[in-house]
Amino acid sequence: MSPDGHRPAAMSPVERRVAALEALLTERGLVPEGFIEEVTRRYESEIGPMNGAKVAARAWVDPQYKERLLADGTAAIAELGFGGPEGDHMVVVENTPAVHNVIVCTLCSCYPWPTLGLPPAWYKDPPYRARMVREPRALLAEMGCRLPDDVEIRVRDSSAEVRYLVLPERPPGTEGMTETELAGLVTRDSMIGVARL
Amino acid sequence: MASGVARRLGHSAAPVSVLSHSAAYAAGDCAKGRVLLVDGIHDLGGMQGLGAVDHSPAEPAFPERWQAVARALMAIVAGVVEASGGEFRHSIERMDPGHYLTSGYYEHWLTAAASLAVEHGLVTHSDLEGRAGGRFPLSGPVLAPPVVDAGPGVDEPRFGVGDRVRVREWHPPGHTRCPRYVRGKAGVVVRVDGTHSVPDVEAHGAARRYEPTYSVRFDAAGLWRDGQRGVSVHVDLWDSYLERS
Repeated sequence: MSPDGHRPAAMSPVERRVAALEALLTERGLVPEGFIEEVTRRYESEIGPMNGAKVAARAWVDPQYKERLLADGTAAIAELGFGGPEGDHMVVVENTPAVHNVIVCTLCSCYPWPTLGLPPAWYKDPPYRARMVREPRALLAEMGCRLPDDVEIRVRDSSAEVRYLVLPERPPGTEGMTETELAGLVTRDSMIGVARL
Repeated sequence: MASGVARRLGHSAAPVSVLSHSAAYAAGDCAKGRVLLVDGIHDLGGMQGLGAVDHSPAEPAFPERWQAVARALMAIVAGVVEASGGEFRHSIERMDPGHYLTSGYYEHWLTAAASLAVEHGLVTHSDLEGRAGGRFPLSGPVLAPPVVDAGPGVDEPRFGVGDRVRVREWHPPGHTRCPRYVRGKAGVVVRVDGTHSVPDVEAHGAARRYEPTYSVRFDAAGLWRDGQRGVSVHVDLWDSYLERS
C-alpha cells in the first residue's frame, strides 16, 4: 500500500515479475517459511567486507599468519571462522609498492562472498567487466586509484573455481594501532584492488 | 552432487526434488541444422563502448527488496531442479542480449530462475505472464546439444608452473568458462589448482568430467596489441581449453 494506505503502491514491471514467480512457487509449496527473510538477513548482517578486513588486519600484525594466508588462503581464512560458498578455493594476492593486484570476473560476477559479501552493482555491470582486463591502469585511475607507471598491475579474472582476495598494503603511520583498529581501516575496495589505503 | 547451486548459494535447506533434466534439453534436440548459440553477450572481457563504471564505495546488500526476493527465488529453483553451476550460469547467458545489457544483476537472476522453473515444468510461461499482468521475458532455449558422454577426465595436470600454453582457438556451442579474449593467445602457467568439474559438460546434462585448472598469465600488450606496459591478465582455465605452445 502507498503511505496514505488507500491505494496500492505502484509496482515496477520487474517487481511484478518477482511477485508473480514468488506467488506461483509459494502455491506449489516450494518456498519454505521464512526462507526469503533468512537469506536477506544473512547477507545484510553476517557476511560482508568486515570479515575480509579482519583477515587483512591479522596478516598485518602476524607475519606467520600472513605466510599461511598467502600459501593457503582457504585454510588461513577458515582459522578466523570464515568460509562457505564462493570461498572454498581462496587465493590471497598481496599488493606491494611494486605490484598491484585487482580482481574481476569478465564472464559473470564471481566474488569471494565469505570475506567480502555480495558484490557491488558496479562490479557486476558490463563496463567494469569489459574494461578491467583491457585498460586497467586507465580504469583504476578513473576510479580514483592512480598508480605510478612503474607499478606492475596483475588483473585476476575469476574465470574458474578460485576466488581472489587482495591483501592491501598496510598504510604508513599505523604502527601503534591494534588489530581491531587496523581492521577498521581496511575498505572493501582495497580488497578488490580498486583502491589503495 | 546433491545440488550444486543450492550449496553454492549457501542454502542447503532449499527443497530438493528429483525432477528430470530432460525437459530442459529437449530444445537441444531441435538444434540440428540451426546456428548454435555461441559467444554469448555475457562474455564481456575487452568489449569497448560500454562507458564509465558507476562506482560507489559502499552500498546496501539489497538496495531494493525485490532484489533479495529474486536472489532467494533463484536459490529455491536451483535447489528444486538440481541445477549445476554450469546450468545456472548458462540460464543467465541465454538471455536476450539487449535485455541482458539493459538490466541489472538481480533481473538476470529473476529471468534465469523463471526460465529454469518453466523449462523444468514447475510453472508455465503463461502463468507467469498472467500473474505479472504483462510480459515476462525468459531466457532463450538451450541450443547446444546435450552432453551424453563426457569423455575421460584428466587426473594429473598436463602442465606445470612456467609452461607456455596456448588457449584453443574455438567457439564451443553452449556454456563455457573460456573467455573469448584469450582464445588463440599464448600465456604462461603461474599456478596449478585442483581438479574441478568442467562447466562445458555439466551445463548440458547429467554427465560430469573433471580436469585440473590452471592460472595462466597473459601479457596485456599481447592480448590487445596496444603497447601497454607492466600489465598482465591472469585467467583461470580448465585443462581442455589449453594446448602446448
